[in-house]
Amino acid sequence: MSKQDHIKHSADSLEKETITLNIGPTHPATHGVFQNIVEIDGERIVSGDSTIGYIHRAFEKIAEHRPFYQVTPLTDRLNYCSSPINNMGWHMTVEKLLGVQVPKRAQYLRVIIMELARIADHIVCNSVIGVDTGALTGFTYVFQWREKIYEIWEEVCGARLTTNIGRVGGMERDFNEIAFKKLEEFLRDFPKGWKEFENLLVRNRIFMDRTQTVPTTPEFALQYGFTGPNLRATGVDYDVRVMSPYSSYEDFEFNIPVGTKGDTYDRFMVRNQEIWESLKIIRQALDKLPAGPYHADAPQFYLPPKAEVYNNMEALIYHFKIVMGEIDAPKGEVYHSVEGGNGELGFYLISDGGRAAYRLHFRRPCFIYYQAFTEMVKGCLLSDAIVAMSSMNIIAGELDA
Amino acid sequence: MNETIDYKKVTERIAEKFGAKVHSPEEPYGMLTLRTDKDSIIPLLQFLRDDEAMQFIFLTDVCAVHFPDKAEKFEVVYHIHSLMHNLRVRIKVALSGEPKIPTAVNVFKGANWMERETYDFYGVIFEGHPNLKRILNVDEMTIFPMRKEYPLEDNTRIDKDDKMFGRINVNREN
Repeated sequence: MSKQDHIKHSADSLEKETITLNIGPTHPATHGVFQNIVEIDGERIVSGDSTIGYIHRAFEKIAEHRPFYQVTPLTDRLNYCSSPINNMGWHMTVEKLLGVQVPKRAQYLRVIIMELARIADHIVCNSVIGVDTGALTGFTYVFQWREKIYEIWEEVCGARLTTNIGRVGGMERDFNEIAFKKLEEFLRDFPKGWKEFENLLVRNRIFMDRTQTVPTTPEFALQYGFTGPNLRATGVDYDVRVMSPYSSYEDFEFNIPVGTKGDTYDRFMVRNQEIWESLKIIRQALDKLPAGPYHADAPQFYLPPKAEVYNNMEALIYHFKIVMGEIDAPKGEVYHSVEGGNGELGFYLISDGGRAAYRLHFRRPCFIYYQAFTEMVKGCLLSDAIVAMSSMNIIAGELDA
Repeated sequence: MNETIDYKKVTERIAEKFGAKVHSPEEPYGMLTLRTDKDSIIPLLQFLRDDEAMQFIFLTDVCAVHFPDKAEKFEVVYHIHSLMHNLRVRIKVALSGEPKIPTAVNVFKGANWMERETYDFYGVIFEGHPNLKRILNVDEMTIFPMRKEYPLEDNTRIDKDDKMFGRINVNREN
């Protein structure tokens, strides 16, 4: 970047020379550990380059050496703003490989958890767009709702951020009374809170002026492998939940919001609208929640209840075999994807009949679309690029695996 | 345009154009999987992308797999997606000798980082790639860590003592 021969100054350039600026690795604007080196002419970005990998933790390598159930905690740490979606995606991949049919109730419970995760993810992303434009208030208002969602997860699985929720074959336990009560409270109170947030920003002149920048076209987005809200903001209605429904998403009525310009504002608005759609899905799932078991009858892969382990020989054997990772998986290769908080999260799993994956590849949505960032912001103002970056929902954990 | 396309039609259309160069179609777990060689992969991706009827305009994923015991030690796997017909196709290219394959960046720009990642972890050289350098690992690294010959933990380390914990590798020896 130090050589500046390649840089052509525009006719209206006042500076006639460029400055190299490091945004990151640890910079408040990156909201994570990654670096952007940009060449700026005054306030305009001439060129840029991204450096990532600062928190690479070799998940794919580790996954080749661990039994399947021990991979779930690794997926937590990909997109840690919505880890339950990653967990469920991984469980479903393994279930697809094993041919395990998950009962309806477990599927609905999973949908509720996943949609809560989507809301939590979008709350973080959208409120942080506000912070980066200088509107801290909205952020301080809505973060309590993420807290409420965490409380529900805590009731269900005992954890909050890195949830390790669910098991291969279903859920680890049914929702308890308190979880249902908290869910109802959330569905009752959250819309009001979110409305308040929307009132602050959606038609706010200053916010609109700041965010109706850095547009993208559908062609550009598809070329660069955009998925999720970033792709839908450009007007392409691709959503994995609808295109290849998993976990009974076909049972629910919901819309796929799309944008028109693919700019920061559209990305913000698509997420806003998705929150309302997610609420609709949770409501329907709760109303239609079928009775029945919350996990599949797959003793080889699903841990037996503790009481059985102590009193029943088979259960003890299975418990031991599962915990020690001594169960062979069938041979085969599967690709399964779910609609994560920020795009299509895919798992490509190859099993050679051993006890762990022969190869596991995570298709991490933000790793794939982040490469377009420097291309997108070329010629934009530095301050717009900062907002565009946070509107793309880049999660460093997912970027680096 | 109103024609519905399924895997059978896709295979037929490819066979029409590429003949025996694209072979062994399978459908493991419901996804059409084709094999081709490194000279045909780029024309194949281009054809699938530009074909009016099929429109595989979306590159979902590129990754590699290492098979140390096979003659063709590396396999590069492409997942492409036709949003129009909601069909996904997996294309595999087996590479023998030094792993080299032409880059797909000119067909799908998004292949850029995916190929860099594949290079970083497997050492697969994507010929013609505009910026083929390491992406997640440090530049000074001399090995390609996802290859099977490299163990999960560095054996030369002496600060880790596993004998108290009985940690053993559940998967395979190394």
